[in-house]
Amino acid sequence: MSVSRHSPARSVAAHAVLLTYTLIALFPVFVIVINAFKSRKAIFAHPLALPNAETLDWVGFKTVLKQGDFFQYFLNSMTVTVGSLFFVLLFGAMAAFALSEYRFKGNTMVGLYLALGIMIPIRLGTVAILQLMVASGLVNTLTSLVLVYTAQGLPLAVFILSEFMRQVSDDLKNAGRIDGLSEYRIFFRLVLPLVRPAMATVAVFTMIPIWNDLWFPLILAPAESTKTITLGSQVFIGQFVTDWNAVLAALSLAILPVLVLYLIFSRQLIRGITAGAVK
Amino acid sequence: MSDRKPFRWHIVVFLAPAVLVYTAIMIIPLFATLNLSLFTTVDRVSQFNGLGNFRTLFGDPRWSASFWNALGNNTWFFIVHMLVQNPIGILLAAILSNPRLRGAAFYRTAIFIPTILSFVVVGFVWKLMLSPIWGVAPDLLNAVGLKSLFAPWLGKEEYALTTLALISVWQFVGIPMMLIYAALLSIPDEVIEAAEMDGITGASQFWKIKLPLILPSIGIISILTFVGNFNAFDLIYSAQGALAGPNFATDILGTFLYRTFFGFQLQLGDQNMGAAIATAMFFIILIGVCIYLFAIQTRLRRYQF
Repeated sequence: MSVSRHSPARSVAAHAVLLTYTLIALFPVFVIVINAFKSRKAIFAHPLALPNAETLDWVGFKTVLKQGDFFQYFLNSMTVTVGSLFFVLLFGAMAAFALSEYRFKGNTMVGLYLALGIMIPIRLGTVAILQLMVASGLVNTLTSLVLVYTAQGLPLAVFILSEFMRQVSDDLKNAGRIDGLSEYRIFFRLVLPLVRPAMATVAVFTMIPIWNDLWFPLILAPAESTKTITLGSQVFIGQFVTDWNAVLAALSLAILPVLVLYLIFSRQLIRGITAGAVK
Repeated sequence: MSDRKPFRWHIVVFLAPAVLVYTAIMIIPLFATLNLSLFTTVDRVSQFNGLGNFRTLFGDPRWSASFWNALGNNTWFFIVHMLVQNPIGILLAAILSNPRLRGAAFYRTAIFIPTILSFVVVGFVWKLMLSPIWGVAPDLLNAVGLKSLFAPWLGKEEYALTTLALISVWQFVGIPMMLIYAALLSIPDEVIEAAEMDGITGASQFWKIKLPLILPSIGIISILTFVGNFNAFDLIYSAQGALAGPNFATDILGTFLYRTFFGFQLQLGDQNMGAAIATAMFFIILIGVCIYLFAIQTRLRRYQF
Protein backbone atom coordinates (compact mmCIF):
# COMPACT_ATOMS: atom_id res chain seq x y z
CA MET A 1 0.00 0.00 0.00
CA SER A 2 2.80 2.40 0.72
CA VAL A 3 4.04 1.81 -2.82
CA SER A 4 1.21 3.80 -4.30
CA ARG A 5 1.62 6.60 -1.78
CA HIS A 6 5.34 7.08 -2.23
CA SER A 7 5.84 6.30 -5.87
CA PRO A 8 8.30 8.64 -7.63
CA ALA A 9 5.82 9.38 -10.40
CA ARG A 10 3.31 10.80 -7.92
CA SER A 11 5.99 12.87 -6.27
CA VAL A 12 7.16 14.29 -9.62
CA ALA A 13 3.57 15.13 -10.53
CA ALA A 14 3.08 16.86 -7.16
CA HIS A 15 6.19 18.98 -7.64
CA ALA A 16 5.20 19.77 -11.21
CA VAL A 17 1.81 21.14 -10.10
CA LEU A 18 3.30 23.14 -7.23
CA LEU A 19 6.14 24.54 -9.33
CA THR A 20 3.73 25.58 -12.08
CA TYR A 21 1.56 27.40 -9.63
CA THR A 22 4.54 29.01 -7.88
CA LEU A 23 5.64 30.31 -11.28
CA ILE A 24 2.17 31.73 -11.96
CA ALA A 25 2.18 33.39 -8.54
CA LEU A 26 5.64 34.93 -8.77
CA PHE A 27 6.12 35.63 -12.48
CA PRO A 28 4.18 38.93 -12.73
CA VAL A 29 5.93 40.33 -9.65
CA PHE A 30 9.29 39.24 -11.05
CA VAL A 31 8.65 40.86 -14.45
CA ILE A 32 7.67 44.18 -12.85
CA VAL A 33 10.68 44.31 -10.54
CA ILE A 34 13.31 43.45 -13.18
CA ASN A 35 11.89 45.96 -15.65
CA ALA A 36 11.95 48.75 -13.08
CA PHE A 37 15.73 48.75 -13.39
CA LYS A 38 15.85 48.95 -17.19
CA SER A 39 15.91 51.75 -19.72
CA ARG A 40 12.73 52.58 -21.58
CA LYS A 41 14.04 51.05 -24.78
CA ALA A 42 14.98 47.79 -23.07
CA ILE A 43 11.63 47.55 -21.30
CA PHE A 44 9.87 47.34 -24.64
CA ALA A 45 12.52 45.47 -26.65
CA HIS A 46 13.16 42.62 -24.20
CA PRO A 47 10.59 42.69 -21.39
CA LEU A 48 11.63 39.30 -20.03
CA ALA A 49 15.42 39.88 -20.00
CA LEU A 50 17.26 40.63 -16.79
CA PRO A 51 18.81 44.08 -16.59
CA ASN A 52 22.49 44.08 -17.62
CA ALA A 53 25.23 46.72 -17.67
CA GLU A 54 23.90 48.09 -20.93
CA THR A 55 20.23 48.30 -20.07
CA LEU A 56 20.49 49.20 -16.38
CA ASP A 57 18.78 52.53 -15.76
CA TRP A 58 17.62 54.17 -12.53
CA VAL A 59 15.59 56.90 -14.22
CA GLY A 60 12.27 55.50 -12.99
CA PHE A 61 13.30 55.57 -9.35
CA LYS A 62 14.70 59.09 -9.77
CA THR A 63 11.37 60.32 -11.17
CA VAL A 64 9.44 58.69 -8.35
CA LEU A 65 11.65 60.14 -5.64
CA LYS A 66 11.61 63.58 -7.23
CA GLN A 67 7.89 63.79 -8.03
CA GLY A 68 5.90 62.03 -5.42
CA ASP A 69 6.42 62.75 -1.76
CA PHE A 70 6.86 59.04 -1.15
CA PHE A 71 8.82 59.44 2.04
CA GLN A 72 5.90 61.35 3.58
CA TYR A 73 3.39 58.75 2.31
CA PHE A 74 5.52 56.01 3.77
CA LEU A 75 5.66 57.77 7.15
CA ASN A 76 1.88 58.25 7.09
CA SER A 77 1.32 54.57 6.36
CA MET A 78 3.71 53.61 9.14
CA THR A 79 2.00 55.94 11.63
CA VAL A 80 -1.47 54.68 10.76
CA THR A 81 -0.48 51.01 10.74
CA VAL A 82 1.58 51.08 13.94
CA GLY A 83 -0.99 53.26 15.74
CA SER A 84 -3.93 51.05 14.79
CA LEU A 85 -1.96 47.93 15.59
CA PHE A 86 -1.13 49.22 19.05
CA PHE A 87 -4.77 49.92 19.90
CA VAL A 88 -6.09 46.73 18.31
CA LEU A 89 -3.63 44.63 20.29
CA LEU A 90 -4.05 46.48 23.60
CA PHE A 91 -7.85 46.84 23.54
CA GLY A 92 -8.31 43.47 21.87
CA ALA A 93 -6.19 41.66 24.45
CA MET A 94 -7.95 43.41 27.34
CA ALA A 95 -11.39 42.48 26.04
CA ALA A 96 -10.27 38.95 25.21
CA PHE A 97 -8.93 38.56 28.76
CA ALA A 98 -12.21 39.76 30.29
CA LEU A 99 -14.23 37.39 28.09
CA SER A 100 -12.05 34.32 28.63
CA GLU A 101 -11.16 34.83 32.31
CA TYR A 102 -14.30 35.99 34.11
CA ARG A 103 -17.78 34.59 34.30
CA PHE A 104 -20.29 37.40 34.37
CA LYS A 105 -23.77 38.12 33.14
CA GLY A 106 -23.77 38.92 29.45
CA ASN A 107 -20.39 37.36 28.73
CA THR A 108 -21.70 35.42 25.73
CA MET A 109 -23.69 38.42 24.53
CA VAL A 110 -20.66 40.72 24.54
CA GLY A 111 -18.65 38.02 22.76
CA LEU A 112 -21.28 37.62 20.05
CA TYR A 113 -21.69 41.40 19.74
CA LEU A 114 -17.98 41.80 19.08
CA ALA A 115 -17.91 38.79 16.72
CA LEU A 116 -20.57 40.42 14.51
CA GLY A 117 -17.86 42.61 13.03
CA ILE A 118 -16.01 39.60 11.64
CA MET A 119 -18.83 38.94 9.18
CA ILE A 120 -20.24 42.41 8.50
CA PRO A 121 -17.69 44.65 6.77
CA ILE A 122 -17.14 48.10 8.31
CA ARG A 123 -17.22 49.65 4.83
CA LEU A 124 -21.00 49.46 4.73
CA GLY A 125 -21.07 52.20 7.37
CA THR A 126 -18.85 54.51 5.33
CA VAL A 127 -21.53 57.14 4.65
CA ALA A 128 -22.14 57.69 8.37
CA ILE A 129 -18.46 57.30 9.29
CA LEU A 130 -17.64 60.18 6.95
CA GLN A 131 -20.40 62.30 8.54
CA LEU A 132 -19.04 61.45 11.98
CA MET A 133 -15.53 62.44 10.99
CA VAL A 134 -16.73 65.67 9.37
CA ALA A 135 -18.72 66.51 12.50
CA SER A 136 -15.74 65.89 14.78
CA GLY A 137 -13.31 67.70 12.48
CA LEU A 138 -11.21 64.60 11.92
CA VAL A 139 -11.40 64.52 8.12
CA ASN A 140 -7.93 64.51 6.55
CA THR A 141 -6.24 63.48 9.76
CA LEU A 142 -4.41 60.26 10.40
CA THR A 143 -6.41 59.95 13.64
CA SER A 144 -9.57 59.20 11.67
CA LEU A 145 -7.83 56.31 9.91
CA VAL A 146 -6.41 54.96 13.17
CA LEU A 147 -9.90 55.00 14.72
CA VAL A 148 -11.52 53.23 11.78
CA TYR A 149 -8.83 50.57 11.53
CA THR A 150 -8.91 49.97 15.28
CA ALA A 151 -12.64 49.29 15.07
CA GLN A 152 -12.11 47.15 11.97
CA GLY A 153 -9.36 45.03 13.53
CA LEU A 154 -10.89 44.49 16.98
CA PRO A 155 -13.47 41.74 16.25
CA LEU A 156 -11.00 39.24 14.80
CA ALA A 157 -8.34 40.15 17.38
CA VAL A 158 -10.71 39.52 20.29
CA PHE A 159 -11.86 36.26 18.74
CA ILE A 160 -8.36 34.84 18.16
CA LEU A 161 -6.82 36.15 21.39
CA SER A 162 -9.58 34.79 23.62
CA GLU A 163 -9.00 31.33 22.11
CA PHE A 164 -5.37 31.57 23.13
CA MET A 165 -6.03 33.08 26.56
CA ARG A 166 -8.22 30.12 27.52
CA GLN A 167 -5.09 27.99 27.31
CA VAL A 168 -3.13 30.01 29.91
CA SER A 169 -2.93 27.93 33.07
CA ASP A 170 -5.34 28.85 35.87
CA ASP A 171 -2.83 27.79 38.51
CA LEU A 172 -0.46 30.52 37.45
CA LYS A 173 -3.13 33.21 37.66
CA ASN A 174 -4.39 31.90 41.00
CA ALA A 175 -0.85 31.83 42.36
CA GLY A 176 -0.59 35.47 41.34
CA ARG A 177 -3.85 36.27 43.14
CA ILE A 178 -2.65 34.55 46.32
CA ASP A 179 0.50 36.65 46.15
CA GLY A 180 -1.76 39.69 46.18
CA LEU A 181 -1.41 40.81 42.55
CA SER A 182 -4.28 42.92 41.30
CA GLU A 183 -6.26 41.71 38.27
CA TYR A 184 -4.55 44.39 36.17
CA ARG A 185 -1.10 43.15 37.15
CA ILE A 186 -2.10 39.57 36.44
CA PHE A 187 -3.13 40.63 32.96
CA PHE A 188 -0.14 42.83 32.15
CA ARG A 189 2.60 40.90 33.98
CA LEU A 190 1.51 37.26 33.73
CA VAL A 191 -0.90 36.75 30.86
CA LEU A 192 0.31 39.20 28.22
CA PRO A 193 3.88 37.84 28.07
CA LEU A 194 2.52 34.31 27.73
CA VAL A 195 0.31 35.09 24.74
CA ARG A 196 3.01 37.03 22.91
CA PRO A 197 3.15 34.55 19.99
CA ALA A 198 -0.60 34.90 19.49
CA MET A 199 -0.24 38.69 19.61
CA ALA A 200 2.36 38.52 16.84
CA THR A 201 -0.03 36.46 14.74
CA VAL A 202 -2.88 38.90 15.24
CA ALA A 203 -0.47 41.75 14.46
CA VAL A 204 0.43 40.30 11.06
CA PHE A 205 -3.23 39.59 10.25
CA THR A 206 -4.31 43.08 11.21
CA MET A 207 -1.41 44.82 9.54
CA ILE A 208 -1.78 43.59 5.94
CA PRO A 209 -5.32 44.86 5.24
CA ILE A 210 -4.56 48.20 6.95
CA TRP A 211 -1.38 48.80 4.98
CA ASN A 212 -3.06 47.83 1.71
CA ASP A 213 -6.40 49.59 2.18
CA LEU A 214 -7.43 52.08 -0.48
CA TRP A 215 -11.07 52.77 0.45
CA PHE A 216 -10.74 54.68 3.73
CA PRO A 217 -7.64 56.75 2.82
CA LEU A 218 -9.45 57.73 -0.38
CA ILE A 219 -12.57 58.79 1.48
CA LEU A 220 -11.41 60.01 4.88
CA ALA A 221 -7.90 61.36 4.31
CA PRO A 222 -7.14 62.15 0.66
CA ALA A 223 -5.16 65.34 1.44
CA GLU A 224 -1.57 65.50 0.24
CA SER A 225 -0.17 65.58 3.78
CA THR A 226 -2.16 62.54 4.96
CA LYS A 227 -1.96 60.25 1.92
CA THR A 228 -0.91 56.71 2.71
CA ILE A 229 1.55 54.89 0.48
CA THR A 230 -1.24 52.83 -1.10
CA LEU A 231 -3.28 55.89 -2.04
CA GLY A 232 -0.11 57.80 -2.93
CA SER A 233 1.05 55.18 -5.40
CA GLN A 234 -2.46 54.85 -6.83
CA VAL A 235 -2.60 58.59 -7.56
CA PHE A 236 1.01 58.74 -8.75
CA ILE A 237 0.61 55.84 -11.17
CA GLY A 238 -2.62 57.35 -12.46
CA GLN A 239 -0.79 60.58 -13.31
CA PHE A 240 2.33 58.99 -14.77
CA VAL A 241 0.53 56.31 -16.71
CA THR A 242 2.60 56.83 -19.85
CA ASP A 243 5.96 57.05 -18.05
CA TRP A 244 6.66 53.34 -17.88
CA ASN A 245 9.92 53.70 -16.00
CA ALA A 246 8.25 55.69 -13.25
CA VAL A 247 5.23 53.36 -13.02
CA LEU A 248 7.38 50.24 -12.81
CA ALA A 249 9.64 51.87 -10.22
CA ALA A 250 6.67 53.01 -8.12
CA LEU A 251 5.20 49.49 -8.21
CA SER A 252 8.54 47.98 -7.17
CA LEU A 253 8.85 50.46 -4.32
CA ALA A 254 5.37 49.48 -3.16
CA ILE A 255 6.09 45.75 -3.41
CA LEU A 256 9.54 45.47 -1.85
CA PRO A 257 8.93 46.68 1.76
CA VAL A 258 5.85 44.45 2.11
CA LEU A 259 7.73 41.53 0.63
CA VAL A 260 10.64 41.93 3.08
CA LEU A 261 8.26 42.20 6.05
CA TYR A 262 6.36 39.14 4.83
CA LEU A 263 9.49 37.03 4.49
CA ILE A 264 10.48 37.98 8.04
CA PHE A 265 7.06 37.24 9.54
CA SER A 266 5.75 34.51 7.24
CA ARG A 267 6.26 31.77 9.81
CA GLN A 268 4.13 33.65 12.35
CA LEU A 269 1.45 34.32 9.77
CA ILE A 270 1.24 30.72 8.63
CA ARG A 271 1.24 29.44 12.19
CA GLY A 272 -1.58 31.84 12.97
CA ILE A 273 -3.73 30.77 10.04
CA THR A 274 -3.24 27.11 10.83
CA ALA A 275 -3.87 27.57 14.57
CA GLY A 276 -6.97 29.68 13.94
CA ALA A 277 -8.46 27.26 11.45
CA VAL A 278 -8.00 24.16 13.58
CA LYS A 279 -10.18 25.63 16.30
CA MET B 1 -24.52 37.04 44.63
CA SER B 2 -23.92 40.76 44.71
CA ASP B 3 -24.07 40.59 48.52
CA ARG B 4 -21.05 38.35 48.65
CA LYS B 5 -18.92 39.94 46.00
CA PRO B 6 -18.17 43.59 45.38
CA PHE B 7 -18.84 44.80 41.85
CA ARG B 8 -15.92 43.75 39.71
CA TRP B 9 -14.92 47.02 38.14
CA HIS B 10 -11.90 45.51 36.43
CA ILE B 11 -14.17 43.60 34.02
CA VAL B 12 -15.66 46.90 32.90
CA VAL B 13 -12.21 48.47 32.59
CA PHE B 14 -10.97 45.56 30.48
CA LEU B 15 -14.00 45.55 28.18
CA ALA B 16 -14.74 49.26 27.89
CA PRO B 17 -12.11 50.47 25.37
CA ALA B 18 -12.80 47.73 22.83
CA VAL B 19 -16.58 47.92 23.17
CA LEU B 20 -16.60 51.73 23.02
CA VAL B 21 -14.40 52.09 19.93
CA TYR B 22 -16.19 49.24 18.17
CA THR B 23 -19.62 50.63 18.99
CA ALA B 24 -18.81 54.24 18.15
CA ILE B 25 -16.93 53.67 14.88
CA MET B 26 -18.53 50.52 13.55
CA ILE B 27 -21.96 49.66 14.94
CA ILE B 28 -23.46 53.15 15.28
CA PRO B 29 -22.33 54.27 11.79
CA LEU B 30 -23.65 51.02 10.36
CA PHE B 31 -27.10 51.66 11.78
CA ALA B 32 -26.87 55.38 11.01
CA THR B 33 -26.23 54.41 7.38
CA LEU B 34 -29.24 52.10 7.37
CA ASN B 35 -31.23 54.98 8.83
CA LEU B 36 -29.92 57.53 6.31
CA SER B 37 -31.23 55.38 3.50
CA LEU B 38 -34.75 56.27 4.66
CA PHE B 39 -34.21 60.01 4.20
CA THR B 40 -33.80 62.26 1.24
CA THR B 41 -32.21 65.69 0.94
CA VAL B 42 -34.31 68.44 -0.63
CA ASP B 43 -32.71 71.89 -0.76
CA ARG B 44 -30.13 70.81 1.78
CA VAL B 45 -32.79 69.81 4.25
CA SER B 46 -33.09 66.20 5.23
CA GLN B 47 -36.59 64.80 4.93
CA PHE B 48 -38.03 61.45 5.86
CA ASN B 49 -38.72 59.54 2.69
CA GLY B 50 -39.69 56.09 3.92
CA LEU B 51 -38.73 53.46 1.41
CA GLY B 52 -38.68 56.05 -1.38
CA ASN B 53 -34.97 55.65 -2.04
CA PHE B 54 -35.42 51.95 -2.51
CA ARG B 55 -38.36 52.56 -4.83
CA THR B 56 -36.03 54.76 -6.89
CA LEU B 57 -33.22 52.23 -6.71
CA PHE B 58 -35.37 49.31 -7.88
CA GLY B 59 -38.09 51.14 -9.80
CA ASP B 60 -36.46 54.04 -11.67
CA PRO B 61 -35.08 52.47 -14.86
CA ARG B 62 -31.84 54.51 -14.74
CA TRP B 63 -31.04 53.38 -11.22
CA SER B 64 -32.35 49.85 -11.38
CA ALA B 65 -30.44 49.10 -14.60
CA SER B 66 -27.19 50.09 -12.89
CA PHE B 67 -28.08 48.23 -9.72
CA TRP B 68 -28.98 44.95 -11.42
CA ASN B 69 -25.94 45.27 -13.68
CA ALA B 70 -23.70 45.70 -10.62
CA LEU B 71 -25.41 42.87 -8.74
CA GLY B 72 -25.20 40.55 -11.76
CA ASN B 73 -21.52 41.36 -12.28
CA ASN B 74 -20.87 40.86 -8.60
CA THR B 75 -22.58 37.47 -8.70
CA TRP B 76 -20.46 36.40 -11.67
CA PHE B 77 -17.36 37.68 -9.83
CA PHE B 78 -18.32 35.44 -6.89
CA ILE B 79 -19.08 32.41 -9.12
CA VAL B 80 -15.64 32.66 -10.76
CA HIS B 81 -14.04 32.69 -7.31
CA MET B 82 -16.02 29.65 -6.19
CA LEU B 83 -15.31 27.69 -9.38
CA VAL B 84 -11.64 28.60 -9.82
CA GLN B 85 -10.11 29.93 -6.62
CA ASN B 86 -11.45 27.39 -4.15
CA PRO B 87 -10.81 24.20 -6.20
CA ILE B 88 -7.25 25.35 -6.98
CA GLY B 89 -6.75 26.18 -3.30
CA ILE B 90 -8.00 22.74 -2.27
CA LEU B 91 -5.84 20.99 -4.87
CA LEU B 92 -2.70 22.84 -3.78
CA ALA B 93 -3.47 22.18 -0.10
CA ALA B 94 -4.06 18.48 -0.76
CA ILE B 95 -0.66 18.19 -2.45
CA LEU B 96 1.11 20.29 0.19
CA SER B 97 -0.28 18.29 3.09
CA ASN B 98 1.51 15.12 2.00
CA PRO B 99 3.99 14.65 4.87
CA ARG B 100 6.67 13.27 2.56
CA LEU B 101 6.67 16.27 0.24
CA ARG B 102 9.94 18.16 0.23
CA GLY B 103 10.03 21.95 0.14
CA ALA B 104 6.44 22.40 1.35
CA ALA B 105 7.44 25.49 3.34
CA PHE B 106 8.94 27.09 0.24
CA TYR B 107 5.86 26.50 -1.89
CA ARG B 108 3.55 27.70 0.87
CA THR B 109 5.48 30.94 1.32
CA ALA B 110 5.80 31.61 -2.42
CA ILE B 111 2.18 30.90 -3.35
CA PHE B 112 0.97 33.20 -0.55
CA ILE B 113 3.02 36.20 -1.78
CA PRO B 114 0.33 37.72 -4.08
CA THR B 115 -2.11 37.77 -1.15
CA ILE B 116 0.03 40.24 0.80
CA LEU B 117 0.26 42.75 -2.06
CA SER B 118 -2.12 45.68 -2.17
CA PHE B 119 -4.95 45.79 -4.72
CA VAL B 120 -3.37 48.87 -6.22
CA VAL B 121 -0.17 46.97 -6.96
CA VAL B 122 -2.02 43.90 -8.21
CA GLY B 123 -4.34 45.96 -10.41
CA PHE B 124 -1.53 47.86 -12.10
CA VAL B 125 0.83 44.88 -12.35
CA TRP B 126 -1.79 42.96 -14.32
CA LYS B 127 -2.78 45.98 -16.33
CA LEU B 128 0.84 46.19 -17.50
CA MET B 129 1.20 42.43 -17.98
CA LEU B 130 -1.90 42.25 -20.16
CA SER B 131 -1.20 45.48 -22.00
CA PRO B 132 -1.14 45.06 -25.76
CA ILE B 133 1.46 47.86 -25.92
CA TRP B 134 3.99 46.09 -23.77
CA GLY B 135 3.50 42.66 -25.16
CA VAL B 136 4.46 40.38 -22.28
CA ALA B 137 1.23 38.42 -22.60
CA PRO B 138 1.26 38.19 -26.44
CA ASP B 139 4.95 37.19 -26.36
CA LEU B 140 4.25 34.41 -23.88
CA LEU B 141 1.30 33.14 -25.89
CA ASN B 142 3.45 33.31 -29.00
CA ALA B 143 6.06 31.13 -27.33
CA VAL B 144 3.50 28.34 -26.95
CA GLY B 145 1.99 28.98 -30.36
CA LEU B 146 -1.28 30.48 -29.16
CA LYS B 147 -0.78 34.06 -30.19
CA SER B 148 -4.10 34.17 -32.00
CA LEU B 149 -5.85 33.83 -28.64
CA PHE B 150 -4.57 37.18 -27.43
CA ALA B 151 -7.03 40.02 -27.02
CA PRO B 152 -6.91 43.21 -24.96
CA TRP B 153 -8.88 41.38 -22.30
CA LEU B 154 -9.28 44.27 -19.87
CA GLY B 155 -10.60 46.52 -22.62
CA LYS B 156 -13.28 44.22 -24.05
CA GLU B 157 -16.72 44.27 -22.52
CA GLU B 158 -17.19 40.53 -22.83
CA TYR B 159 -13.88 39.57 -21.19
CA ALA B 160 -13.05 42.36 -18.75
CA LEU B 161 -15.05 41.17 -15.75
CA THR B 162 -13.89 37.56 -15.99
CA THR B 163 -10.30 38.75 -16.42
CA LEU B 164 -10.55 40.87 -13.27
CA ALA B 165 -12.14 38.00 -11.37
CA LEU B 166 -9.26 35.75 -12.41
CA ILE B 167 -6.75 38.41 -11.31
CA SER B 168 -8.48 38.48 -7.95
CA VAL B 169 -8.33 34.68 -7.85
CA TRP B 170 -4.60 34.89 -8.59
CA GLN B 171 -4.21 37.24 -5.64
CA PHE B 172 -6.27 35.33 -3.08
CA VAL B 173 -5.75 31.65 -3.84
CA GLY B 174 -3.37 31.56 -0.85
CA ILE B 175 -6.21 31.96 1.65
CA PRO B 176 -8.26 28.82 0.80
CA MET B 177 -4.98 26.98 0.35
CA MET B 178 -3.82 27.81 3.87
CA LEU B 179 -7.17 27.16 5.57
CA ILE B 180 -7.66 23.79 3.85
CA TYR B 181 -4.02 22.92 4.48
CA ALA B 182 -4.56 23.54 8.19
CA ALA B 183 -7.73 21.45 8.18
CA LEU B 184 -5.99 18.57 6.39
CA LEU B 185 -3.11 18.64 8.88
CA SER B 186 -5.55 18.38 11.78
CA ILE B 187 -6.92 15.01 10.57
CA PRO B 188 -5.47 12.48 13.00
CA ASP B 189 -2.99 9.92 11.70
CA GLU B 190 -5.12 7.04 13.03
CA VAL B 191 -7.92 7.89 10.61
CA ILE B 192 -5.53 7.88 7.66
CA GLU B 193 -3.87 4.67 8.85
CA ALA B 194 -7.23 2.96 9.25
CA ALA B 195 -8.11 3.96 5.68
CA GLU B 196 -4.83 2.54 4.44
CA MET B 197 -5.45 -0.71 6.27
CA ASP B 198 -8.66 -0.95 4.27
CA GLY B 199 -6.72 -0.31 1.08
CA ILE B 200 -8.01 3.22 0.49
CA THR B 201 -5.07 5.32 -0.71
CA GLY B 202 -4.22 8.14 -3.07
CA ALA B 203 -7.03 9.96 -4.80
CA SER B 204 -9.80 7.76 -3.47
CA GLN B 205 -8.49 8.39 0.04
CA PHE B 206 -8.84 12.11 -0.62
CA TRP B 207 -12.39 11.86 -1.98
CA LYS B 208 -13.73 9.32 0.49
CA ILE B 209 -11.91 10.13 3.74
CA LYS B 210 -10.37 13.58 3.74
CA LEU B 211 -12.90 15.61 1.76
CA PRO B 212 -15.85 14.80 4.06
CA LEU B 213 -13.68 15.73 7.04
CA ILE B 214 -12.74 19.15 5.65
CA LEU B 215 -16.25 20.13 4.50
CA PRO B 216 -16.71 22.56 7.44
CA SER B 217 -13.55 24.40 6.34
CA ILE B 218 -14.83 24.56 2.77
CA GLY B 219 -18.02 26.09 4.19
CA ILE B 220 -16.02 28.75 6.03
CA ILE B 221 -14.03 29.54 2.88
CA SER B 222 -17.21 29.89 0.86
CA ILE B 223 -18.73 32.40 3.25
CA LEU B 224 -15.45 34.34 3.52
CA THR B 225 -15.30 34.48 -0.27
CA PHE B 226 -18.92 35.63 -0.41
CA VAL B 227 -18.45 38.47 2.10
CA GLY B 228 -15.16 39.49 0.51
CA ASN B 229 -16.56 39.54 -3.03
CA PHE B 230 -19.77 41.44 -2.27
CA ASN B 231 -17.68 44.05 -0.47
CA ALA B 232 -14.95 44.30 -3.13
CA PHE B 233 -13.98 47.64 -4.60
CA ASP B 234 -10.24 48.28 -4.62
CA LEU B 235 -9.16 46.00 -7.47
CA ILE B 236 -11.78 47.27 -9.91
CA TYR B 237 -11.12 50.87 -8.89
CA SER B 238 -7.36 50.54 -9.41
CA ALA B 239 -7.55 48.65 -12.67
CA GLN B 240 -10.58 50.26 -14.33
CA GLY B 241 -11.28 53.46 -12.38
CA ALA B 242 -14.50 54.54 -10.68
CA LEU B 243 -16.44 54.20 -13.94
CA ALA B 244 -15.68 50.47 -13.98
CA GLY B 245 -15.19 50.43 -17.72
CA PRO B 246 -15.49 49.41 -20.47
CA ASN B 247 -19.08 50.68 -20.47
CA PHE B 248 -19.72 49.57 -16.84
CA ALA B 249 -18.95 45.97 -17.78
CA THR B 250 -16.91 45.55 -14.58
CA ASP B 251 -19.17 47.58 -12.29
CA ILE B 252 -19.79 45.80 -9.00
CA LEU B 253 -21.70 46.93 -5.92
CA GLY B 254 -18.62 48.50 -4.29
CA THR B 255 -17.81 50.74 -7.28
CA PHE B 256 -21.52 51.55 -7.75
CA LEU B 257 -21.70 52.65 -4.09
CA TYR B 258 -18.57 54.77 -4.47
CA ARG B 259 -19.86 56.52 -7.61
CA THR B 260 -23.28 57.16 -6.13
CA PHE B 261 -21.94 58.45 -2.83
CA PHE B 262 -19.20 60.71 -4.23
CA GLY B 263 -20.57 61.46 -7.67
CA PHE B 264 -18.67 61.21 -10.91
CA GLN B 265 -18.35 63.40 -13.95
CA LEU B 266 -21.60 65.42 -14.07
CA GLN B 267 -23.59 63.52 -11.51
CA LEU B 268 -23.44 64.92 -7.98
CA GLY B 269 -22.81 62.67 -5.05
CA ASP B 270 -25.92 61.61 -3.17
CA GLN B 271 -25.36 60.33 0.32
CA ASN B 272 -28.92 59.09 0.81
CA MET B 273 -28.85 56.99 -2.34
CA GLY B 274 -25.36 55.87 -1.34
CA ALA B 275 -26.76 54.79 2.00
CA ALA B 276 -29.57 52.96 0.21
CA ILE B 277 -27.04 50.98 -1.84
CA ALA B 278 -24.99 50.25 1.28
CA THR B 279 -28.19 49.02 2.94
CA ALA B 280 -28.93 46.75 -0.01
CA MET B 281 -25.36 45.39 0.25
CA PHE B 282 -25.85 44.91 3.99
CA PHE B 283 -28.93 42.78 3.43
CA ILE B 284 -27.30 40.79 0.63
CA ILE B 285 -24.36 39.97 2.90
CA LEU B 286 -26.69 39.32 5.84
CA ILE B 287 -28.75 36.86 3.78
CA GLY B 288 -25.57 35.09 2.69
CA VAL B 289 -24.28 34.85 6.25
CA CYS B 290 -27.67 33.60 7.51
CA ILE B 291 -27.86 30.93 4.80
CA TYR B 292 -24.40 29.83 5.83
CA LEU B 293 -25.10 29.85 9.59
CA PHE B 294 -28.53 28.23 9.54
CA ALA B 295 -28.72 26.15 6.38
CA ILE B 296 -25.15 25.03 5.75
CA GLN B 297 -23.22 25.07 8.97
CA THR B 298 -25.81 23.22 11.02
CA ARG B 299 -26.08 20.45 8.41
CA LEU B 300 -22.37 19.87 8.11
CA ARG B 301 -21.40 17.16 10.48
CA ARG B 302 -18.42 18.06 12.60
CA TYR B 303 -16.16 15.24 13.60
CA GLN B 304 -14.60 15.43 17.01
CA PHE B 305 -11.29 13.67 17.34
